[in-house]
Amino acid sequence: MTAISIAFTLNGSPVSVDVDSAERLLDTLRYRLGLTGTKEGCGEGECGACTVHLDGLPVDSCLVPTYQVRGRRVDTVESLDPPALEPFARGGATQCGACTPGVVMTAWWIRDHPELLGTHTLRELMAGNLCRCTGYDGIVDSIGAVLGERGSA
Amino acid sequence: MHRREGLAKLTGRERYVDDLPLDDFLWGMTVRSPVPRGRVTAVRFGADVDWSAFVIVDHRDIPGPNEVILIERDQPVLAAGYVRHVHEPVVLLGHRSREGLRRAVRAVEVVVAPEPPVLDFRVPPRPDQIQYGRDNVLKRLKIEKGDVERALAQAPVVVSGTYETGAQEHVYLETQGMIAWLEDQVLVVKGSMQCPYYVLSALKHALARDESRVRVIQTPTGGGFGGKEEYPSDIALHAALLALKAGRPVKIVYDRGEDMAATTKRHPSWVRHRTGLTRDGRLLAQDLEVVLDGGAYVTLSPVVLSRGIIHAAGPYSCDNVRIAGRVMFTNAVPFGAFRGFGAPQTLFACERHMDVIARTLEIDPVELRRINLLRDGQTTATGQVIRDGTDRVAVLERALELSDYRAKRRAHAAFNETHAAQRRGIGLAAFYHGAGFTGGGEVHLNSRVRVAGLADGRVEVLTANIEMGQGTLTVFTQIAAERLGFAPQDVAIAEADTGRVPNSGPTVASRTTMVVGRLIERACDDLRSRLEVDAAVRGASLRAAIVRWHREHAAERLVGDAVYERPPGISWDDANYRGDAYGAFAWATYVAEVEVDLATYSTRVTGFVAVQEVGKVLNETLARGQVQGGVVQGIGWALMEECKFRDGAMINNQLTNYLIPTSDDVPPIHVAFLENPYPHGAQGAKGLGELPIDGPAPAVLNAVAAATGADPRAVPLTPERLMAIADFGLRSAE
Repeated sequence: MTAISIAFTLNGSPVSVDVDSAERLLDTLRYRLGLTGTKEGCGEGECGACTVHLDGLPVDSCLVPTYQVRGRRVDTVESLDPPALEPFARGGATQCGACTPGVVMTAWWIRDHPELLGTHTLRELMAGNLCRCTGYDGIVDSIGAVLGERGSA
Repeated sequence: MHRREGLAKLTGRERYVDDLPLDDFLWGMTVRSPVPRGRVTAVRFGADVDWSAFVIVDHRDIPGPNEVILIERDQPVLAAGYVRHVHEPVVLLGHRSREGLRRAVRAVEVVVAPEPPVLDFRVPPRPDQIQYGRDNVLKRLKIEKGDVERALAQAPVVVSGTYETGAQEHVYLETQGMIAWLEDQVLVVKGSMQCPYYVLSALKHALARDESRVRVIQTPTGGGFGGKEEYPSDIALHAALLALKAGRPVKIVYDRGEDMAATTKRHPSWVRHRTGLTRDGRLLAQDLEVVLDGGAYVTLSPVVLSRGIIHAAGPYSCDNVRIAGRVMFTNAVPFGAFRGFGAPQTLFACERHMDVIARTLEIDPVELRRINLLRDGQTTATGQVIRDGTDRVAVLERALELSDYRAKRRAHAAFNETHAAQRRGIGLAAFYHGAGFTGGGEVHLNSRVRVAGLADGRVEVLTANIEMGQGTLTVFTQIAAERLGFAPQDVAIAEADTGRVPNSGPTVASRTTMVVGRLIERACDDLRSRLEVDAAVRGASLRAAIVRWHREHAAERLVGDAVYERPPGISWDDANYRGDAYGAFAWATYVAEVEVDLATYSTRVTGFVAVQEVGKVLNETLARGQVQGGVVQGIGWALMEECKFRDGAMINNQLTNYLIPTSDDVPPIHVAFLENPYPHGAQGAKGLGELPIDGPAPAVLNAVAAATGADPRAVPLTPERLMAIADFGLRSAE
């Protein structure tokens, strides 16, 4: 496979990497850049474990060829401020943790776009992130708590 | 206390096996059988690959016996000239590039002279399909109480029914993965697993290495549900064989397709009930036949069958019970441990059958359960006298109250009369789950736990029990901290490394908190006795005593120890399957509400109440999360999770076409606990992890039956299945 050179903004800083032409963003992040917070769950865009933000929108990084992020902004779970995630720890949003970074990235998108809740329920918005441990109540309730804190702040 | 490793998981800092830094390593992959049965006549390596760049392992590279040692020794590590199921491992390949490895795996052809497979466990095998013993029965077990034939002959009413359940895939979000390397002649294997000592035992046996030359370390495990009980031994052996031959670290991480196709699933089941009753619904006789599909090797099937039949008669009192169980050999990927371990299958049959009985006798399904639920002093099918003081009727009543059951029934009747396109219904299931290993299992395990006093005054808890999301690290911390009067941060939990921790048994069977947690308490007490202080010495004064001890005993270790002791008054007769099957049962009633769309035949669960008595609840958030997750996994099994097989191979081995519930498919799960502390569990706790998957399937199908008048007898109740039976059901109801 031919190597191509890609420059983009990752978690606020410029990066430049040589990647294979068909390489997935997920693998570039995990295996070339050492950002292993982003997880592979299914490799075909069903489970959402590999969710990252591309120009502010949540995408499945297993479905994004890395060359497509040239010149764009990619944010991963490593960009989040840990104390801000405390309500998720309190609310039982994580158990085994394998889906969790993806869940958190989708949750952060909702937090930053509360207008979404005018047209969709939280359960609809989270339906792209499969979790096998929590039954979703811990996740949905924790996001509700975060939105509540933000709304009253 | 909040989940101990919660923030590490939320921030992506937790390192799972595929996240660990590893230098100069090879990826490993597996070449598998393309057919369910036959003689391997050749293994051909394609001409367009430079094989000199690959490490190649087959059965001839195994230093010891070619056996994955478990209950039996019938399963090879790598097929040696004969294959018994599709995807059976034949050859292992190691290479630097994962992509190059994928192409190479496709370039290896395993040529098999096919022989007739057996693919349906319900059909008696033809002579040319016999592959295990004389009749393909992997294990037979029987429970007998009273005189079933006589009681059935005299019973005023006999109600019969057969019930079936399909395979279920675990879908732990982290797939199976393992790394192996050699470190000064010591083989180190590290990965995602529930039972480090099972893996150790498998490595020692097949690789002919003694304990001093093998070490197994668990990495943070992204879900298990039983799927990482026995299977990790296989993948650990594969990684180890490649690493030994390559002389370099090897990492095997399955992708989702391989994981779903090649690893274990929940055993499919077929259960027949023949029940004798009085006209007002009192149980007189229960005659049951339980048949499981075991797949191509014995693995854990005998103990799955055991737990299955012990739970099969339900939490009811009946003087005459006969349960005949068997597991059948088939040329399928071996079925294995999955949360519930046989009990969800038999409890589905039991609790669905209770509603069939209620409909036949025209009595209220609640009343049928209320009059038959075990009262203290009565006995289970194995003759175990239940006298734990739990009011099982109160558990039922609480579930009815929280679900507003009576009012909902009336409201649904009114709704169904006025709506042409939807049907609403409510259904329940009363059930139980025995915690810990069955019968004499815990005695046989002989679990050991250590609590070490460290030089700085903290303690370290050493066990082989692992965190896979269920909360072991947090609950163990709580148990030790409470026992010693310590703050949580003064309790360290050792990594599950067989080079350091004692064998406290596997992380399975709802035993971790109840059994191992209790051992932690006793090891804490033993630590105090080594310090020669009494139980009143807690917290800061105990920490000071530990520090002082270390000052006086330089370079010595301070360790409290505990070994399992059977609670008094418990006995089990394994030859006759009589006696105390479990030290404790957890008791539950679950209520499901559904709405069925008559145009699409799809069923939506619109409400769910889960009430259980699990002894003392040690951590409300974790316990509630276990129940909610188990319920949703059970709803998936009930309605949508269907493994489709063709010629012995799972053909929907993707999350695109094997669907599990999303957040939008399920309602909030309302959880309530009743507490009745169990004196032999940590702080009074009983087992909890598996209980919640036993109840949803019968509760949901009973609700569908109530809604539609249909009589569903099998899970998953997909829209296609419901369509096939609902037209008949609705017509006959008119």
